[in-house]
Amino acid sequence: MSDHESTYVPKTGVEKWLDSRLPIVRFGADYMSLPTPKNLNYWWTFGGILALCLVTQIATGIVLAMHYVPNTELAFASVERIMRDVNSGDLIRYTHANGASMFFVAVYLHMLRGLYYGSYKAPREMIWIVGCVIFFLMIATAFLGYVLPWGQMSYWGAEVITNLIGAIPLIGEPILIWLRGGPAIDNATLNRFFSLHYLLPFVIAGCVVLHLWALHHAGQGNPVGILIPKDREKKDMVPFHPYFTVKDGFAVILFLILFALFVFFMPNALGHADNYIPANPLQTPAHIVPEWYMLPFYAILRAIPDKFGGVVAMFGSIGVLFILPWLDTSKVRSMRYRPTMRTFFIIFVLVGMGLGWCGAQLPDAPVVGSFKTFILIDGDLNSYLWLTRLFTAYYFAFFLIILPVVGLKETPLAIPATISEPVLSGGDAMTAAAAASAEKKG
Amino acid sequence: MTLKTSMHSMKKTLVLIAAAAGLSLAAGPALASGGGHALRDGGFSFEGPFGTFDQGQLQRGYKVYREVCSACHSMNLMHFRTLAEPGGPFFDAHQANPAENRFVKALAKEIQVPDIDTETGEPVMRDATPADRFPNPYPNATAAAAANGGAAPPDLSVMAKARHGGANYIYSLLTGYHAPPAELTIRPGQNYNVYMAGDLTPFWKGDAAHVPAGGFIAMPNPLRAGQVTYDDGTEASVDQMSKDVAAYIAWASDPKQVQRKQAGVGVMIFLLLFAGITYMSYRRIWKGVAH
Amino acid sequence: MTESVVTEGGDATRRDFIHIAAGAAAVGAGAMVVWPLINQMNPAADTLALASIEFDMTKVQEGQQVVIKWQGKPVFVRYRTPAELQRVIADDHAHDLKEPQSDADRTKPGHQQFLVVLGNCTHLGCIPTFGSGDFGGWFCPCHGSHYDASGRIRKGPAPLNLVVPTYDFVSDTRIKIG
Repeated sequence: MSDHESTYVPKTGVEKWLDSRLPIVRFGADYMSLPTPKNLNYWWTFGGILALCLVTQIATGIVLAMHYVPNTELAFASVERIMRDVNSGDLIRYTHANGASMFFVAVYLHMLRGLYYGSYKAPREMIWIVGCVIFFLMIATAFLGYVLPWGQMSYWGAEVITNLIGAIPLIGEPILIWLRGGPAIDNATLNRFFSLHYLLPFVIAGCVVLHLWALHHAGQGNPVGILIPKDREKKDMVPFHPYFTVKDGFAVILFLILFALFVFFMPNALGHADNYIPANPLQTPAHIVPEWYMLPFYAILRAIPDKFGGVVAMFGSIGVLFILPWLDTSKVRSMRYRPTMRTFFIIFVLVGMGLGWCGAQLPDAPVVGSFKTFILIDGDLNSYLWLTRLFTAYYFAFFLIILPVVGLKETPLAIPATISEPVLSGGDAMTAAAAASAEKKG
Repeated sequence: MTLKTSMHSMKKTLVLIAAAAGLSLAAGPALASGGGHALRDGGFSFEGPFGTFDQGQLQRGYKVYREVCSACHSMNLMHFRTLAEPGGPFFDAHQANPAENRFVKALAKEIQVPDIDTETGEPVMRDATPADRFPNPYPNATAAAAANGGAAPPDLSVMAKARHGGANYIYSLLTGYHAPPAELTIRPGQNYNVYMAGDLTPFWKGDAAHVPAGGFIAMPNPLRAGQVTYDDGTEASVDQMSKDVAAYIAWASDPKQVQRKQAGVGVMIFLLLFAGITYMSYRRIWKGVAH
Repeated sequence: MTESVVTEGGDATRRDFIHIAAGAAAVGAGAMVVWPLINQMNPAADTLALASIEFDMTKVQEGQQVVIKWQGKPVFVRYRTPAELQRVIADDHAHDLKEPQSDADRTKPGHQQFLVVLGNCTHLGCIPTFGSGDFGGWFCPCHGSHYDASGRIRKGPAPLNLVVPTYDFVSDTRIKIG
């Protein structure tokens, strides 16, 4: 916690000398001994996993930049040279490529954890907002990085996404030309995208420092969602090390097993075959789709019939996350004690996955069987277009209507007085709540 | 936290991760659908986590590429030396340096590559060395297109990674030149292939509900039985040659794949042990802490 | 459970062993990850494949040198005149040799007129100028090292003779360097 008193005692003369000038050892020691709620469950380990992802991406990325050539004539071949000729280059490149996917797996679970347990509520709004900034930077970085291999999907992804900016009235076109450095995606674009792709991860790292600073200032939340009173700190909290270093460490290893499965055994399973065809400005691939982690947003973009409207909706779907702390009107933090809201949350998760699914389909394709029903405004009712619109409507309704309204109307379950209570007491209300949310319990 | 609930919540986590991964995996093939037939299965030896390449098959496949495909298709990312790398068609354990491999030296010598004379600066042709790239059959992409009715034959270096289905797709395509149905109008310079992606509806005069699978491909059927004489005495049927060259291209698309999978088995075993030890450490540290 | 204070003790040795094993595995994992990230900076397969080149000696005129590029570095191939040869052999036991070597040690038997040396000054790597300096060999303009026609350092800051690379005559007129 913020008012956590330092317990570091410098022993040797050198430590004392350093501590009075640059108390960096004290900083690290205090960090490690930080009192942490002992009921944090495995959903809380994704922060550590994300730190590992960022370090992995930066380390492999710096190494790849030693061999990559940002030139439209040479980029594709230089990536293949990395995989064929550079020592361990195939592992490094596949780790970087799959690492992006792993990063998004972890960040989505991390964000859903925050959403379910109300981690964004006062006094932790800034943690959440900085987190949203990080998420947005991650999307930008992933997009820029995907252009670099200069395959067909790289080129046409860049073409389509930069064209979104052209949808802005009046100023769109000049900005588009400025961004690309010419009338089309070309060498100038590739070079600046490489430069920015190298830069943004360090901006993310800076934001992570702010994210952690805010976290340690406000203190860790916990699955019960109550503030731990001062007099219970001894009973309800444990030092971060070794209790949570070992727990996070175990979770990290499980995550690495999944990561390694992809890197070693199916490195291209999450990518698109078309990106192994060198970029060709004269031929568009048959189905152009972004990487899986962008699909929900891509689906929202396509759900709106108007070009600029689609862009607004897509950015709005991320923008709405920034004001989330003020949309939730409930006094109860954790959805463990909000059964109504929990149902809406589960639907939200399924809708998010549904949007991802829709983003990968052709909008006109029928959802059920292969029959047509009737045309509703601009598309058949039995098409992904309308399913996407249904999901998009729920996505926005969840934040803008359901969260504020349910927060005011619902009757939450009784909240335990201490975080030890759900484990230790046999209270009836408690047991019911605990049983209902057994899967969420730490 | 009791062991039971902790394991329970973890299982849920893993299920969710698996579901997310599964969703994206499922989304992949869904994108590829359109036009083509379900692919033929070549029963390749290199599939699966423990699969390895059949060196004899790779050598046969290289011969098919060299004698048939390379007349039109480049493999710009391939060097002769790569053929002698561990796992490659001509790897020789006695000659660790691929550039010194005697088979590859001999193979390279048979091929002429363009170079610049160091004294006169004139373009010349010389014998290839293991360090050389495979020469391109055409001087540039425009020439390649002009010589092939407007469609430049694609480079085959990473073809198995550039098509859904990989080696099975290449195998299927090469054996997919079936006789076209009578109601199908074949456009000039095009050939019917059951496994080619495309939509034949505009060219179909028969029953609209039964548009044939497949599409048009500019490449005419490249293989006929006995076209290549295999050094190991294998009968050079179209099916055999298709399978061999598909295996060779799959290897060339990712020459380190088998080594990577073998390293992966070791890494997985290590990670599982590491996870086990860390879990025990975790249990001991949290022993006696109710949470 | 009424108390959640950390309980110390128990079977200390076994507990320690598990933690040490987990820690050791973590260190091992770290080393396994770090090694490829370091090793990737070593020469790649395409660089190694170009490690040897062949050269046709008939391209060098008597009294001249040809500079060829090998592994990204210059190699001097020099066809020495009988007068130059005589002078360097006479200097085989000169007192100013910093790294005493006979001319015969630096050439191939039967091909003594040809000298093959790496063209980087052994001081700090500049390329010495052909045919200048006090000893008729090379003179390095960067810091003033004088080499004789056998590539031996005679005067100046360079510590060693010009390096003779590994090479062989594959035929009477062709050499293979590397």
